[in-house]
Amino acid sequence: MPGKCVICQAPENLRESAVDTLTAHITRRLATAGTIAALALVLARPALSAGAWEAVAARARGQNVYWNAWGGDGRTNAFIDWAAGQVQARYGITLRHVKLTDTSEAVTRVIAEKTAGNDANGSVDLIWINGPNFLSMKSLGLLFGPFADQLPNMRYLDTDAKLSNTIDFTTPVEGMAAPWRLAQFVFVCDGARVPQPPRSMADFLVWARANPGRFTHPDVRDFIGATFIKQALLELAPDPALLQQPVTEAAFAAASAPLWAWYDALRPLLWRGGALFPASGPAERQLLADSEIDIALSFDPAEAAASVKSGLLPTGTRVFGLPGGTIGNTSFVAIPYNSPHADAAMLVANFLLEPATQAHAQDIAVLGSYSVLDLAKLSPAQQQLFAGLPADPALPANAELGKVLGEPHASWMTRLTQDWVSRYAH
Amino acid sequence: MPGAIAALGALMAGLFLLPVVAGLAGTLLPAFGFLPAAGGHEFSLAPWRELFAYPGLRASLRLTLTTGFAATLLALGLAAALCASVQGRARLRAGEALLAPLLAAPHASVAIGLAFVLAPSGWAVRLVSPWLTGWSVPPDVATVQDPWGIALVLGLLVKEVPFLVLVMLGALHQIPAAQQLRVTASLGYSPGTAWTKIIFPQVYARIRLPVYAVLAYSLSVVDMALVLAPGNPGPLSLVALRWFTAPDVTRYLPAAAAAVLQLGLVIAAIALWRAGEGAARAIGQRWIMRGARAGACEPGVQAAGLAAGASLALGGAALLAMALWSLASTWRFPDALPSHWSLGTWIGQSHSLALPLANTLLLGATTMLAGLILALAWFEACDRHGRRWNAPAINLVCLPLLAPQIAFLFGLQVPLVRVGLDGTFLAVAWSHLLLVFPYMLIALADPWAALDRRYARAAASLGASPLRILLAVKLPVLLAPVLRACAVGFAASAAQYLPTLFAGAGRVPTLATEAIALASGADRRIAGAFGFLLALAPLLVYLAALAIPALAFPARRAPGRRA
Repeated sequence: MPGKCVICQAPENLRESAVDTLTAHITRRLATAGTIAALALVLARPALSAGAWEAVAARARGQNVYWNAWGGDGRTNAFIDWAAGQVQARYGITLRHVKLTDTSEAVTRVIAEKTAGNDANGSVDLIWINGPNFLSMKSLGLLFGPFADQLPNMRYLDTDAKLSNTIDFTTPVEGMAAPWRLAQFVFVCDGARVPQPPRSMADFLVWARANPGRFTHPDVRDFIGATFIKQALLELAPDPALLQQPVTEAAFAAASAPLWAWYDALRPLLWRGGALFPASGPAERQLLADSEIDIALSFDPAEAAASVKSGLLPTGTRVFGLPGGTIGNTSFVAIPYNSPHADAAMLVANFLLEPATQAHAQDIAVLGSYSVLDLAKLSPAQQQLFAGLPADPALPANAELGKVLGEPHASWMTRLTQDWVSRYAH
Repeated sequence: MPGAIAALGALMAGLFLLPVVAGLAGTLLPAFGFLPAAGGHEFSLAPWRELFAYPGLRASLRLTLTTGFAATLLALGLAAALCASVQGRARLRAGEALLAPLLAAPHASVAIGLAFVLAPSGWAVRLVSPWLTGWSVPPDVATVQDPWGIALVLGLLVKEVPFLVLVMLGALHQIPAAQQLRVTASLGYSPGTAWTKIIFPQVYARIRLPVYAVLAYSLSVVDMALVLAPGNPGPLSLVALRWFTAPDVTRYLPAAAAAVLQLGLVIAAIALWRAGEGAARAIGQRWIMRGARAGACEPGVQAAGLAAGASLALGGAALLAMALWSLASTWRFPDALPSHWSLGTWIGQSHSLALPLANTLLLGATTMLAGLILALAWFEACDRHGRRWNAPAINLVCLPLLAPQIAFLFGLQVPLVRVGLDGTFLAVAWSHLLLVFPYMLIALADPWAALDRRYARAAASLGASPLRILLAVKLPVLLAPVLRACAVGFAASAAQYLPTLFAGAGRVPTLATEAIALASGADRRIAGAFGFLLALAPLLVYLAALAIPALAFPARRAPGRRA
């Protein structure tokens, strides 16, 4: 698709003029109003002294935090609800969950506020973000910060084994967002109907030939759908090293040719003949629960176990990864540049990183999401919080999950999505 | 007093016309390339070129037009057939009580419930599997979000048939249908034929505005389409919505062009419909003049009447399915009913339900009261000045019912942000009032016009002030229609999806916005709870409106006839 932009789906010329104008506009405003503040923040990068942090907490008391977070998952919604009660009780902060159907809605909102000249009183205080949305906001200067390194609980963060905590889809985070949960791409199946799951992406074609109409992926505009395509790209691309660089036309053509050949063969064998896709991961999980399909995708290895517990999925549900490994990434929270409640938002971000919060989130009965912290950095008492979590037979063992593969550069995801849409979905 | 009338007029214009006009302008300018914030400083046709270059546009337009016209034609035909079938047997009040659940249920709620029923793994197939179908897993056929939009048409029928039936029953009260049918029967016409030839033309002449509203709504529906229509490509309204909410601000330009096209489509469709009315009149007159007493018309009316009944049953099943899912712990295919029941969903979600429920109730009550006060002021002003409310003015206020929401809501967004109102309860309430008020005005217009003027004159001759006449005479006499108008207003507010989403900036969640967000994927048990509550809240208000007059004035036995 020559002449189309990488980041968005607008023609290159149109997008450049508009976004350049927007960027210039933003830069000018930042230059006049924000330089001193930004400089001060850069200088203050190491964790704040106890006194400074207490001052943040004092300013935050009584503030509202509008947390814009994807609202399609009941357990995450319940967790955010729980967090709201905690920060209310501890810091006097009123945390409100603005449920999004797509994170880009919040990005659009901040852009709209910027264009309307609303630089200090934005409606978004905190965004659950990563990938292209993070890249877009960071590069457009729409984020407050760097702030993450000032959070006291950042000292527990795992920055060695969990590289995605510091590099999001190959974009350095640089303190513009704070991690809060880990995700790894897995497959969920009905063990009775899928006794021998596929072992590789190429294997899925073989399986689908034998079981036409019994597998699908979410729409590729959804992040789980996109991850499915990226997972295939990682396996099928002739030179995976290229995927770590920003996408170019030549690299994309070379890397995607085998992918689309594979996908063209697979698509007619998908549920509804590949003409219709579930809107999201949970929508696909519901299809699995309804026996409409036999294999579903998830970005949360513990989600299936919790779904079995709640009666949604049958007890024979199994989770599997691929021997070659699957993609993993970190979810972050970021604060828009025009949030009037940045102090309270930082307090919430710090609360999410707290060992007790992370242990609560890792509880299979709550979220079951693996912690972003390095357990070795915790005190014995804090480690005990994790050791004491209930085990579940439906949880996949680490060996079954396989290793964690890094995300390709975020521009690849946008380009892949765009190409998929123009090929299969208009 | 003329000053008061002028002030009222100005208030109405400011409240209802200005936002629509401003919103349309705010959509029209970007559609022609003018959006300074995104680098568009001069007028150009680039957004239109981009819109017409969109590969899915042709399919999207075809889908929009076929579903819109099919839904309107079928809804009109089925509603008429149902009225013909129950002619002489059903009373307005009884019919309304029966239809109340579907009249009150917001479109979003019906859509969610219908998806539960119609899906290949849905309730309908579960009821007959595997004993009849032999299916142990659901068939791989798209029965929801099907490429032809059949599920969307069914969804629209479930909502619009009861609406048109109610409107028709109201119109039937204004014509001597029973006498006319006795005459035609004595001339040897079969009942269905007589109804079609004699009654329907008189009824239709009285319900044209509601029919146009159904047509405009069906062509531009968003919430129902999000759940039931295919996505690739969706109807034009969804194409515009997707671009309006894209992360890239330059998408705003083709989105605005799509929204303007949507507006043009609705205007053209109404014009086409009016032309069709003329053609139908010419053909119909010749057909009626030929004087056939029975023929194909009779079984046609009966079949359509049955189909109308089936659409109502489908709607009932949709509402029931949501209730069942919300109470299910486990409900696997192909079980006809949940295998395990639990209150877990309601208990677990009670916290998440509380704020959207409170917002829905508060918005409904606020806009209902504001709409009532404005409507009473409107009719009182007309009464006191001897002027009957005139059709042009009412048509102007009804503009928001006909104009596609997507064509003016986005354009309204920037002014709202400018004045710092976006995301506030006030902005959402106001955006609801735009639609609540016209509905209440229409609901009250006929009863108000039918009020016997001699009551007021008698009271005035006894020395009562105009205010006292309103409070002590008119309102008590009109209690039932006033309450029903309130229920209509409340239901209209509860149903608003797009206005809540945009004026509310996501900060004023209501049951409608939350239910639609959940319908896109979440656990069906939770979506069921939200969808059911969304249908239940306006229904309770409706039932209260029907019950209160009977409790307050038990002596008024015969509704529609004055004692």
